[in-house]
Order: sequence, then C-alpha cells, then structure tokens
Amino acid sequence: MVDKSIENFECGHRACGGCGAATAVRMILKGAGEDVIVVSPTGCLEVFTTPYPETAWKVPWIHSLFENAAAVASGIEASLKRQGRSEKVLVIGGDGATVDIGMLCLSGAFERNHDITYICYDNEAYMNTGIQRSGATPFDASTSTSPAGSCSMGNKHAKKDVPAILAAHGSPYVATASLSYPTDLMKKVETAVNTPGATYIQIHAPCCTGWGFEGDQTVAVGKLAIETGLWVNYEMVDGVLRKAKKVKRKPVEEYLSVQKRFRHLFKPKRNEEEIAKIQAIADANAAKFGIDI
Amino acid sequence: MKEILEGSHAVAEAVRLCRPQVVSAYPITPQTHIVEALASMVADCKLDAEYICVESEFSALSACIGASTAGSRTYSATTSQGLALMYEVCFNAAGMRLPIVMTIANRAMSAPLSIWNDQQDSISLRDSGWIQLYAEDNQEALDLHLLAYRVCEDHDILLPAFVCFDGFILSHTYEPVDMPTQEEVDAYLPAFNPYQRLDAKDPISFGMYATPDYYMEFRYENQRAMLRAKEAIVRYGTLFKEQFGRDYSGLIEGYELEDAEIALVAMGSICGTVKDAIDEMRKDGIKVGLLKIRCFRPFPDEEIAAALAHVKTVAILDKNVSLGSKGAVGLEIKDALYGSSIAVYDYILGLGGRDIRKKDIRAITKLAEQGSGDMFYGLREELL
Amino acid sequence: MPLNIGCTARPGRGRDNKTGSWRVFYPIFTEETCTGCEICVLLCPEGCIEKKGEKKYVPDLDYCKGCGLCAEECPGDAITMEKEEK
Repeated sequence: MVDKSIENFECGHRACGGCGAATAVRMILKGAGEDVIVVSPTGCLEVFTTPYPETAWKVPWIHSLFENAAAVASGIEASLKRQGRSEKVLVIGGDGATVDIGMLCLSGAFERNHDITYICYDNEAYMNTGIQRSGATPFDASTSTSPAGSCSMGNKHAKKDVPAILAAHGSPYVATASLSYPTDLMKKVETAVNTPGATYIQIHAPCCTGWGFEGDQTVAVGKLAIETGLWVNYEMVDGVLRKAKKVKRKPVEEYLSVQKRFRHLFKPKRNEEEIAKIQAIADANAAKFGIDI
Repeated sequence: MKEILEGSHAVAEAVRLCRPQVVSAYPITPQTHIVEALASMVADCKLDAEYICVESEFSALSACIGASTAGSRTYSATTSQGLALMYEVCFNAAGMRLPIVMTIANRAMSAPLSIWNDQQDSISLRDSGWIQLYAEDNQEALDLHLLAYRVCEDHDILLPAFVCFDGFILSHTYEPVDMPTQEEVDAYLPAFNPYQRLDAKDPISFGMYATPDYYMEFRYENQRAMLRAKEAIVRYGTLFKEQFGRDYSGLIEGYELEDAEIALVAMGSICGTVKDAIDEMRKDGIKVGLLKIRCFRPFPDEEIAAALAHVKTVAILDKNVSLGSKGAVGLEIKDALYGSSIAVYDYILGLGGRDIRKKDIRAITKLAEQGSGDMFYGLREELL
Repeated sequence: MPLNIGCTARPGRGRDNKTGSWRVFYPIFTEETCTGCEICVLLCPEGCIEKKGEKKYVPDLDYCKGCGLCAEECPGDAITMEKEEK
C-alpha cells in the first residue's frame, strides 16, 4: 500500500508555480517508499532542487551528468547488491535526459536488467535550457528549436516510443502514467520499485511554462491529454500490454487549444489539415491500446 | 613471489589483491587482457566483486561513480578513444571527490586510427583532476595500483587516479614480477572506508550544482587536495618501501643524474631504454642522466627544479603533443625551470607506436648538446 | 562554514529559500465546503499544505507560490485565490 503521508521533498525548491515535474516527483516519492536512493540526471528537477547547499531531497540523492543517470544507477545497484543492502534505486529524469542523450546508458542498464526503476517525467521538451525540442516532443508542437513559422508547423516528428523500446529490452514492468491521476501514478511506482529487474515508468508531466498555460491548469491539461487519447496510461508486464485506461474520447483540439505551443494550429486561422493529423495520432493510440469506451 | 606474467595480467592480479567491490569496464585494445582477466577471476570466484559489462566506456566510469558513491571500492580500465569518451565523466568523478582507480594502457588518439602506444590519451586529461602515475615496467605498474588506492582513499585526498602504463610495450609483454600476497596487500591497503555515501539512514545529496558564489572555492579545494596528494604519495610510497622493499617514495626518480650535465626527462616504459642508452653514453664519457617522472599530476615542479638545478641542458622526451604548442611534459618542465639558465629542449617522439631505440636516445642527446630541439624527432622525411 | 567535500549537503537548508515571496495570489481555505479529500495536499507542487484538523488544511505561506492548482482542482470549491496585498 502506498503511504501517502511520506513527504521526502522539501519546500523551498525553485520550480515554477504549478510545476508538473514537482507535483509528479512528490507523488513518485510517496509511491517509492522510504528505503530509496534517487538518481537524477541534469535538468529542471536537478537544478530547481539542489543549488548548493540547499537540497530539497530528504532521501539520498545523486546527480552526476546529463546522460549517465542509468549507468550511475547501475553502479549503485551493483554496490548495494555487493553490500547486501536493501535500498531501492530510482532514477527520476526528464525526457531529454531519458529519450535522447541518455538513451545509450538507459539501453545498457535495461539490457543488463539491473534492479532499478527508471522514471521519466515527460514534459516533452528541454525545459531547463529554454523549451527546445526533444525526441519526446509531440508532432506539431512549437518549441524554441522547432518553432512554428510561415513555412513550419512546428515539430515535424512523432514522439519516440521509449516504453516500447524498453519493453523490447525484456523489461518486466513498463508503464505510463499521468500526474493528473495520482492514485494510479503512485501505485505504478510502488509496483515498479517492487518488481525485480529494470522497470520503467514514463509520466506525463505538463509544463505550464514550456507548453503555455496558467500554472493552475497543470492537472486539467494532463487530464485532457488522457481524455483526447493523445496520452495513454497503460501497463506492460513482461512486454505484454495488460491494462490501458479507457476513456470516452474528446476531440484533440480540446487539448491542443489550451496550450500556446499549439496556437499556430488555430491562429491566424484554424488549420484543419494539421489538426486532422493529430486526431489521427489519437485515433491510432485508441486502436492500439483499445481505450475507447 | 616471483612470477613471469604479461603486463596486463600483472595489473589484473594487483587489482584483485586490492579487493575492488565493483569493476566496471568496456573492452578496448590494448586494455582488453586486463578486463578479461578480471572477468575470469570473478567467474572463478577468485575476485569477490560485481563485474558490470557496460555498453560503453562512458557508462563504465559512470557506473564507478554510482558504485563509489554508494560505498564500494571501484575499478575500471581503458585507453585512448575509450578515455576520450569518458572525458566529461572524468571531470565529474574528480569534482565529486571519488577515489576511483583506473588503469590506462596508453595508446595514441585517432585520427588516424592507431592502436599503438603513445601517451596522448592520458595527457589530454591532465586538467581533469585525476592523479596521474606512470609506470616504467610491469612491476611498477603492479605496485602503483596499490599505492594509488592508498593515496586516493585517504580522507585528506579523495581524488581519483590513473595508473598509466604503455599499451603493448608493457601491457602485452611478459616480465618477471614480484607478486605480493593477499595478506601483505591487506596490511598495506585497509578496507574501503567511504568518506560519505548514499544511505537511506543518513540521506545526503551528491552532485549538487554550485552558483558563482561557491564554484571557485570548490575548484580551489580540488586544487588543494591535488597538491596535498604530492605529500601523500611520498608518505604512502615510503610506507610501500618499508613493507615491500621497492621504493616509490619519490614523485620523480633520478638515474645517473647527480653529476649529469645533460638530463633526459621521460615518463613510462621509454625510461628503460633511456637507462640502457645512458649506460652506453656514460662509457663514452658523456655526462648524461635521466629524470623519470612517475607522477605527472600533481606535477612535481619544485622537486624537478631541485633535481635539475645542476645540469646545463635538459632534453624532454614527449610521447604526446599539444597541437599548436609543444609536448605537454616539455611545457611543464619549461615552467618548472623558468628563470634558470638551463637550456631546455623538447622532443616529440614515439607517436602512434613509432619505436624508440637506444640510438635515438643517443641522437637526441647529441641534438640537445648542439642546442637543437623543440621538434618532432624521428620523422620519415621522405613522406613529408 | 567550510564547503562540504564534493559539493554535497544533508537535508535542512532547502527550507532556507522562502518561495512565498513569489506569490501574487494566495489561497483561502473554507472549512464549510471542504470534503476532506486531501487532493490539495497531494497535488501541491510545493508540498506546503498541511492538515491541521478535520477539514482544516493550512498552506505554509512561507513557501506557497500561489499557483492556484489546489483551488482549481478542489472538488468542493473550498479554496479561492485572492490577490496578495503588498
């Protein structure tokens, strides 16, 4: 059972008001329990929690580099094993560190099946450096390196499917979650840390600053992603899809239209063709995961 | 006990005797025989360690950072391109003050690709905050691993170290070595006692970032630890001598240097050839000696200035080049001797495995005598 | 205070940074309409809302950044945001 009273994330951190990552991390730490060591790659989370000497972490925590969190976690796990210690090793990193620059170390750690849990809080761009595109940025999102312009509709590529990649490594437990569904999120974290081997959770963590909405809308935006089928919460056990959250789907524009990163799809005029492409992504998700009620 | 071993196997045995708890390495020529030997030891329960077969050198050292921070003695080995891939991890490990020991089987840097020896790889990491020790022969390579762990893990030091030995020239050469027993090594090297560690019972945040209000002081502390390492190497080198009889109490070593007029300065296996060449030149009445640098980082500038104070000419044998400038050792020596009247010449040689023979040492000595230096030595002019 | 070797720190000093100064709006909690669901406690990015009694939840205004997430998500509309008087 998840102990919701666990509070291992200290006030005083420097995240933006309404930060999805901060909200998600508080939930992650409740799901993970007290006996945990956290590794964070470079990124927003690392920076807003640990300006020397003020740490927000009340659990042991380590940051080494941007791209090596999974390798650092591998070393910690090996050391703990050798010492006969019980702590769970948990990586909490952003999408850039996970799906792009850290992919080599991530793949290695999962191939070796270290007993670690890797959690990616996915805010779909490099937020710490100023909202640049990552491999997790969704199709057509305008970022500072995939800007919408007179001859661009923003990001040209679909999100990299890292959960599938890690499931293909033989991971015993891969899941997606959303901070807008806290009970599900915490339970999945608890399951992941208590499943032996390398487990992975990708958490949809809306970023008010990067996506362009007010900080009080973080949870609402997250819910819309689920309700439109653009984000699917599911679990894969030993590579087999076990559970996907079913929804009565809303049109994607309900999600897109509340975020400045998709504003170019609606202004100066509504771009039916592009919105249809994104609707097709949601439709494909719905078919793949069987989420339609 | 005397054994005849390949250099890599002598190093692997030394590492085993140091009881690392986590070994993390990626294979690369000419380092492979070391890590293969260690993997075999783990497979045969002769080494009680976790051996992590990582997917790159970058991860090899990153895993060492994790394991070291979690409280284990860690070891890795690499060379050349592998070390270059570790570049940012090297700086990170030193800044985090982790006493990781890593063997470097020195090899040239690409391009062009070369698997053969020079010292460009480790020299290029000279600013990374790692102690750098260079071995002349396999006995020294073996012994320096014990010394490195002893120095690095001192809570007054807490720095990582490279133990460098020349790829192929030493790593793949069989030499007799005196192998200490486990009891002897245990008596010299205490069990790993981490200064601080990741522990749920006493949560500490590692690897925080430093604003401009703090960063410079952290770098200064790294520098001070590096300078303290000089004294620690002397102290633990002396302790080593008392226990094992082999003398590593000096950061540098002289050979026929006391009355020399010309001093050759070198690091690594070339020192053996230089000594033989000196013996011959001495017979011809040439007053030449060797100053061997065992410890390149921290750099023993004062010790070198004192040891060379009486000579007229210095010739540095640099198996590396800082392109656009000079050899790295040459630059350091010129700095150490600044203001003296000693003539100092730098010779870039032996790059990418180009053989250095006694006659080359003799030729360089002659060039230095003639006042000709700061050059690549031994170029094939017909190719240029 | 000498530096901690390797740029490390134990918990404690994190609370030195009083993020309440960022706030433009502050939350007012009404006990009458509170359902006691604690979603505010769970969702607060700061973790600065504390249960002080049955249906009595109090934000630590030293840290509350005034993001309004708690007010937005409160199922009983028991939290309202008021402009800070400075």
